[in-house]
Amino acid sequence: MPETNGCIYGYIAEFEDSESLLEAAHRTREAGFRRARGHSPYYVEGLADALGDNTGDLIAWYVLGGILLGGVAFFLLQFITGAVWYPLNIGARPIVAWQAWMIITFEGSVLGGGLAALLGLVLQIQLPLPYHPIFNAPDFHLASSSRFFLSIEARDPLFDEEGTWQFLESLEPTKVSEVTC
Amino acid sequence: MSSQSIPQQAPAPPLPRLGEITETVTNTIFGKAPLWWLIAFGISSALAGAFVLVLGAVALFGTGLWGINVPIVWGMGITNLVFWIGIGHAGTFISAFLLLMRQSWRNAFSRYAEAMTLFALATAGMFPLFHVGRPEWIFYFAPYPNTMILNPQWLSPLVWDAIAISTYGGISAIFWFLDLIPDIAAMRDKAKRPIPRAFYGFLALGWRSDSNHWERLHKTAYILAALATPLVISVHSVVGLDFAIGNLPGWHHSIFPPYFVAGAIFSGLAMTVIVGIVLRSGYEGLKDFITMDHIDKALKLMLITGLLVTYGYMAETFGGWYKADAFELPLIIERAIGPYAPFYLAMLFFNCILIQLLWFKPVRKNIALILVICVGILIGMWLERFVIVSVSLSYTYLAPTWEVFNFTFWDILTIFGPFGFFFAQFLVFIRFLPSLPISETQQHAVEVAHA
Repeated sequence: MPETNGCIYGYIAEFEDSESLLEAAHRTREAGFRRARGHSPYYVEGLADALGDNTGDLIAWYVLGGILLGGVAFFLLQFITGAVWYPLNIGARPIVAWQAWMIITFEGSVLGGGLAALLGLVLQIQLPLPYHPIFNAPDFHLASSSRFFLSIEARDPLFDEEGTWQFLESLEPTKVSEVTC
Repeated sequence: MSSQSIPQQAPAPPLPRLGEITETVTNTIFGKAPLWWLIAFGISSALAGAFVLVLGAVALFGTGLWGINVPIVWGMGITNLVFWIGIGHAGTFISAFLLLMRQSWRNAFSRYAEAMTLFALATAGMFPLFHVGRPEWIFYFAPYPNTMILNPQWLSPLVWDAIAISTYGGISAIFWFLDLIPDIAAMRDKAKRPIPRAFYGFLALGWRSDSNHWERLHKTAYILAALATPLVISVHSVVGLDFAIGNLPGWHHSIFPPYFVAGAIFSGLAMTVIVGIVLRSGYEGLKDFITMDHIDKALKLMLITGLLVTYGYMAETFGGWYKADAFELPLIIERAIGPYAPFYLAMLFFNCILIQLLWFKPVRKNIALILVICVGILIGMWLERFVIVSVSLSYTYLAPTWEVFNFTFWDILTIFGPFGFFFAQFLVFIRFLPSLPISETQQHAVEVAHA
């Protein structure tokens, strides 16, 4: 265990491959840690689930809301401008031509859904975030290409300097290091 | 089709170790610009300059510079609009539809094909902007608040088109950028000098490869793919409706929407394959990722869409004959033997006959032949757009007004200029952003290794 210089964000363990990380994640969850995160260069299926970190995802609801809102908004736009404000009688064709309005309604719902997906994602993952203490971890620049990490935050109720360090070492990582904040 | 395109992992190349993929892709960016890139960029920029010249001239002196006149009021502007939007379609088809179908071979193409979508849309967007002749009043397309409560005519397919294409552009940009974030983060982490680090650091939005973020991003990508798939089908269908709703002989066919979509994916795949071949011969390291196996699959898909297009031609001709319209029959005969015969016959040759070579495996392995076929398809599909747009307009219901389209100098520039505009954007993209999806390729490589 290293000397701490006052403020620590947490500890981070480094792994060689995704299987070891996934295994370590399961054990971290079983040990009761709640503020643990995996870091991998690519999407590792089941990693967030293993950490118990895949709950409360609202993106699908955002998208559903966006689709409905976009569709209704674009339909009303056509209805209000085309049938209420400026009805144009061309050869006695129906003023409320809802069938023909469906195409723009469809485009509106796709646009609404897409924008809502973006909004939901940004709100949930809290990016853009220019600075984060995790970037202080040694070798962390490899997290985007070739190494796998497991971090446990100091805010975790189970976190204690000695025990957590030993726990992380028991996961057989290639390295455990401290992350300053 | 499905049994053919299930990924076969038999001839998998030796797997690169983790991180090597990132190395290879980032090296194409951090290394010095290769000579071929400089030459290609020079030529593209020159052509793009010609395109800017055309657009400037058209804005200053009017659309009369193009050889358009009554009755052929839609010339190069609309022909190129339809052609370039079609080029973009393969990108979304590959990145969204094939993602939903879990076709992991799409990885090799998905990133740059999606980028092609954006640049093709940017190119296509120029045409309606200048074709209307008053680019400064283009906002009339939008339902903006005004005292006269004047609004777009919601029953017009042209208004649908404007909205469909702008929606498509927006969704494609979101989809493309979200997918890019982890790879930009990889660029940030590989960058050694301060300016690239700051540039990629800014674009990466602080991505920290967090498991929770991955989960959300993954899900969002699938949702966006599910939204983009019907969208891409709708966009070229609406472009098809621009014509099908018109009462003109040669336009008024219910086959148009699906036939336009098939043609769009057909021409887009041809462009994707050409660019793929250029990338893999330009960057030695990318050969292991964009393999002949990938190209083979894209070519098979191209053959299928090509046959659909062929069916479209047959249905269109049959429909014209079957409805025994006194004006449609002369159109069908005239375009095959009249002054436009070279265009129409060349179109049939490139889109229906030449692609039959793709049935044969040795052809699908021969780079030179593939290039010939793909360039042929681009020419053929451009001719198809021209035949539909301008040739149909030549034979109106008023026989004395029949006219033959007269190509002016500016028309010729309008045909070739956009290619420069498109490729200049694309070359800038491959110089600054990863042209392969790094993280997905790594994931796929690991999955294959464990399979």
